[in-house]
Amino acid sequence: MKLAVLLVLATIALLILGFALPVHQATTPGIVSGEALPGVGASANTPEAAVRSLLGDVQARDWNRAYSVLANNNNVPKEAFIRDVGGNYGSLRTFSSLEGSRTRVLNENGDQALVRADMHWSTAVGPIYDVKQLKVVQQGGNWKVEWPLEKQPTVPPQVVPVNYLRWDVISRGPEDDWGTQNVDSPRVRIVSMNAVQHGSTLVIVGEVVNEDTVPAFVDINAILIGKNDQNLDQESSFDKIQHTLLPKQVTPYRIDFPGFNLSQVKNVRMDAKAMLVPASADPVIAVLDQHEQNNVLGRKVLSGNLLNESGRVVNIAQVLATYYDSNGKVIWVSDGYVDRALLPQTPEPFAVDMPDSTVGKVQSYRVTVNHYMRQQS
Amino acid sequence: MRRVLPAACLTICLMAALALAAQELQLPATVNAGSGFAIATSGSGSATFYLVGPSYTAKRQVQLGQEIQVRPPEVRSAGRYLAILRSGGASRSGSFYVSAAKPASLSFLAHPSRIPVGQRGGVVGVAFLFDNWHNLVRRPEDVEFRLSTKNAPAAAQSVRTRDGAAWILMNSGTKAGNAQFVAALDGIEEARVIQQVASDPCHLQIRAERSPRGILVQTAPVRDCSGNPVSDGTVVTFTANSPAGLSTVDVPVKKDIAQVELKIPGPATISVASGVVMGNEVKVGGQQ
Repeated sequence: MKLAVLLVLATIALLILGFALPVHQATTPGIVSGEALPGVGASANTPEAAVRSLLGDVQARDWNRAYSVLANNNNVPKEAFIRDVGGNYGSLRTFSSLEGSRTRVLNENGDQALVRADMHWSTAVGPIYDVKQLKVVQQGGNWKVEWPLEKQPTVPPQVVPVNYLRWDVISRGPEDDWGTQNVDSPRVRIVSMNAVQHGSTLVIVGEVVNEDTVPAFVDINAILIGKNDQNLDQESSFDKIQHTLLPKQVTPYRIDFPGFNLSQVKNVRMDAKAMLVPASADPVIAVLDQHEQNNVLGRKVLSGNLLNESGRVVNIAQVLATYYDSNGKVIWVSDGYVDRALLPQTPEPFAVDMPDSTVGKVQSYRVTVNHYMRQQS
Repeated sequence: MRRVLPAACLTICLMAALALAAQELQLPATVNAGSGFAIATSGSGSATFYLVGPSYTAKRQVQLGQEIQVRPPEVRSAGRYLAILRSGGASRSGSFYVSAAKPASLSFLAHPSRIPVGQRGGVVGVAFLFDNWHNLVRRPEDVEFRLSTKNAPAAAQSVRTRDGAAWILMNSGTKAGNAQFVAALDGIEEARVIQQVASDPCHLQIRAERSPRGILVQTAPVRDCSGNPVSDGTVVTFTANSPAGLSTVDVPVKKDIAQVELKIPGPATISVASGVVMGNEVKVGGQQ
């Protein structure tokens, strides 16, 4: 009986202590203090707070709240804003979520300010970094963001005749006799290969061509051979290659060996595997206006526009850029995904990075495009 | 004594050999697969006959003094056979060899299924000869290999088999199209199709002109050095260098030509390539 009374008294005492001395709430795991998106519900009494509030709503996918705090929502239709931020047409953005961001006030002048937002999107193909410079204005005592809506030109209704080739494959069946002829695998050839040290990563770059008259699904493997003829590591080109090659098409490839140094390696054994696959010559994607420039962070990038010349939407596009030196040797391969879908006949901008180590050495470059299209029923 | 002992040994050996010979069955040395034959026996009474082959065994009662018939189905598989006749605790045996009968079918391996025109020794053919019972025919036979394309003379060569196989290396023709690759022997024919395809493009030429929406670039018919049109779907890369930057587009050949409309308003220098083959370069002025 005494023990029960003692326990009740102790519980009451602890409850009183809990109310009298509250514990301060810890920061949310995964969000680094000072750089993240506390946003939701925060009062926008500074330009930076307004941007962080907006990005917090975007992260929470609370489109109504995000739209309500825009300064220019009378000019930006709500549906267009949601499409711009959340993606459409099965683009990479529709498979993305905003994971974090950094904001920095670049300029503040009375009731106007310019804030840079470095956004880190988590996507189905890995992280994507996006930078926006947002104009923030003071309205009715609160700071609000003017959203820079990227307007997509509307494609007029039309019929686009597409009659490019399509290849289907009928292979030998299990019931066929021994000695019955099969269809050979396509002939592909590695036309160049170069080993480059990039920080602590050994990188193998080069190009491969489909020499055959049928499409090929290509994968490149590399084995590092050490000083004592031992296998150090083996890697494949994974997504740093255009896997499906039409006849006479050339693709760059890049194979990364993190933690390896060129001095450890005596030899590199390359292996190009090619399979005969059904393929289509559609769509044709032109890469227009390629030029080197500095992005808003001051980093050198290769940018341009992709133009989908077919009549179907390309849901996800990946850009592969090959950089050559003055001898025509491949010195680097960059890649980047475009997070918006490529609409028919509509240019879509892209930019891929040029590492500092290649600046000054790049004499020419070539851009190719990988595309992923949702199957049509 | 010294003279008698060797003579006695020789006599004993000869008698032993004669005794062994008397126990051997009288069998043909070789028999063609699927051909029956008879084994002569002597004496009287019944005996048990055993026949053991590579893929067949038999046991049956026979009458001594009568011929033992070995039926054709019993000797279908080529190889060494053992015949044993056992009577009253004594055995007589012998062996014979069944060789393949005359060729009845060809297994023909042809490689590759596709080959560019004008490749020396690029077409490989291997023929294996088999009789009616799938025995490899190992005696030498002459197999004729023929490679022919429509509207072009056929190339033919006869090759003698060695240990049942004949093989040949042939040059691909100069005309693209499906080639019939045939291996033939005494009315037996096996055909394969070798797709002879155009080789790398040769003398790649483009022309370009202003269009309302940009620059229309078109290749001349893309052909290899033998004049064969390249396969549809072959990728041609157009590169345009303009003040706005570099523009590239990979276009597949369709009905011998590749064309694209580059949306470039300003002047541009346009070049063309296909695989590792470069073409000409043309300059186009800006829009008026």
